[in-house]
Amino acid sequence: MRKFAADQLTKIISSISTPVYAPVEDGSMVVYDRYEDGMTLRLDKVGTDKTPKDILFPQWENLMHFRMEGKTIQLTEEERAKEDYVIFGVRACDIQAIKVLDRVFLADPIDTYYAARREHGTIVGLACGEPAKSCFCKNFGVDPAKPDADVVLWPAGDCWYCEAYTDKGRALMESWPTEAADEAAVETIKAEIAVKYDALPFAKLNLNGFDGDHLMEKFDSPKWKKLSMPCLGCGSCTFACPTCQCYDIRDYDTGNGIQRYRCWDSCMYSDFTLMAHGTNRPTQVERYRQRFMHKLVYFPSRNDGMYSCVGCGRCIEKCPMNLNIVKVIKALGEGDSND
Amino acid sequence: MQEIMNRMKARAIALLADGTVSRVMGWEKGEGEYDWSPALFENAEEMEAFVYGDYAGANLSKYCLKLGKLEGKTLVILKPCDTLSFKQLIHEHRLEREKFYIIGAGCTGMKDEKGALLKCNACKSKEFAIYDEIIDSEESRKPTGVMDRMAGVADLEQMTAQERYDFWQGELSRCIRCNACRNVCPACTCIKCVFDNPASGVQSKAPVTSFEENMFHIIRAYHVAGRCTDCGECSRVCPQNIPLHLLNRKLIKDMNELYGEYQAGEGDEERTPLTSYTKEDAEPGIVHERGRA
Repeated sequence: MRKFAADQLTKIISSISTPVYAPVEDGSMVVYDRYEDGMTLRLDKVGTDKTPKDILFPQWENLMHFRMEGKTIQLTEEERAKEDYVIFGVRACDIQAIKVLDRVFLADPIDTYYAARREHGTIVGLACGEPAKSCFCKNFGVDPAKPDADVVLWPAGDCWYCEAYTDKGRALMESWPTEAADEAAVETIKAEIAVKYDALPFAKLNLNGFDGDHLMEKFDSPKWKKLSMPCLGCGSCTFACPTCQCYDIRDYDTGNGIQRYRCWDSCMYSDFTLMAHGTNRPTQVERYRQRFMHKLVYFPSRNDGMYSCVGCGRCIEKCPMNLNIVKVIKALGEGDSND
Repeated sequence: MQEIMNRMKARAIALLADGTVSRVMGWEKGEGEYDWSPALFENAEEMEAFVYGDYAGANLSKYCLKLGKLEGKTLVILKPCDTLSFKQLIHEHRLEREKFYIIGAGCTGMKDEKGALLKCNACKSKEFAIYDEIIDSEESRKPTGVMDRMAGVADLEQMTAQERYDFWQGELSRCIRCNACRNVCPACTCIKCVFDNPASGVQSKAPVTSFEENMFHIIRAYHVAGRCTDCGECSRVCPQNIPLHLLNRKLIKDMNELYGEYQAGEGDEERTPLTSYTKEDAEPGIVHERGRA
């Protein structure tokens, strides 16, 4: 275990030779953006408005370009990322979300656009000294006190404790002006975080029955109709979610060729996975059900029980009509295990 | 507000019981103190979960588009500002009056976790534009707006064209095209929005070009001009905190100045400043001249 004084933090970030993405203020919001001197760093913010997903899987990206040359079509692929970079200050839930994205994009066939960005990134995790009221990460096996990152930071007021867990992390930390620190101090911080987390309203949810074995039972529940009624069908929840990974691939006519790009899509939209026969999810009831069934039932049933919700609480913060996954879990689950 | 809620609840249960209405569109509590959601209640038992009070900020008028297609009448709870949206939808023949029983709900200003809603800070009126009955209190009839509704617009007008352009580029560049503003807007009632239609050629699921920054919100503001009641829902729901209401208010302010004071949804006249013509109307040239920086 190592540590450095609190006032060294921005110096350390500025000294990193590769681009650093960190939670910074953008007007009234906090987003992960390329850090530059003078920006307001917001490592205190739990549940940033946008997530680190934006860096690994941007809202839109070009894939390839087609150009007609006489009777042949010239195809140019977009270059894959080749520059190393650091994402600084990522919470445990958002790191778990990256693991969910890995399951999707790094499974065969590998998404080489994502894979290149993933490979070149080093993640500096940040323990949640003050979990928020809307947090419920531990339900999904996430420990807010111990993010699974290349380097982890623990806030301790006048100093930061830090530890590297991978070769990438050790290489990054090498030049940091740290000193040896007491392991026990970090254990105390972790214990304090656990106590704070346990006092949160959604600390313990009952996820019994959210698995492949109960798929049809959940799918056929009459409760979906009422749960989905207030849903506007906007994409706020899907775009704020660190694990939502659905995208669309589209062609843009550039005038002398075609630019093929992909952009985030949302299962909340009426034209999502639209097919020649029409849409397979004709009303918001089916679209709403899809989103939660995917996170709580389909994904774990195909991924060794790994849920694709990480309990970050952003859908709680962002839904204009106050719908969210906790309400779904409580309505469709088998009661609250706090009872 | 507790007293208003109790009277409202009792009245709704009675109207369900005597068959006047088949369902009630109101709000229910969430998991915490602030996270109320719109909800539909079909019987007295379900009405147990009904709430009305400080966190009933959502405008229920847009839901009426779907509710109006159901069998029987729907009781809908509308706050004073919500009645403007509802009545505007009647003017536009999007709703049938006889399909609804409207309880005008007294309002002392709505809140969320962060405090008073932006739209309530510039409360327009405590009058109900349309209703079957009103359930309010002396307290709820007192004005609550603390801000000049057009103050934000006036600030923008003071800017140079370049400053204003930069301001909007900065704000609109945050747009993630989630379409919450469009979907919540009671004036956006196209059955299929052109931007959702793959055959339109302009469908846009994500901000892949500067279209969002330059065009989308401005097109939308013009499309609802003259029909927008300034209900403020667009800014309330924006997950990216874009002050969209300022676009609508600018158009309202211009219309008021050019064609006389007008509040969409208020009167019984279906013709609006932008859908009627008089010889006294401002010439386009005047508008054009004034727009020059």
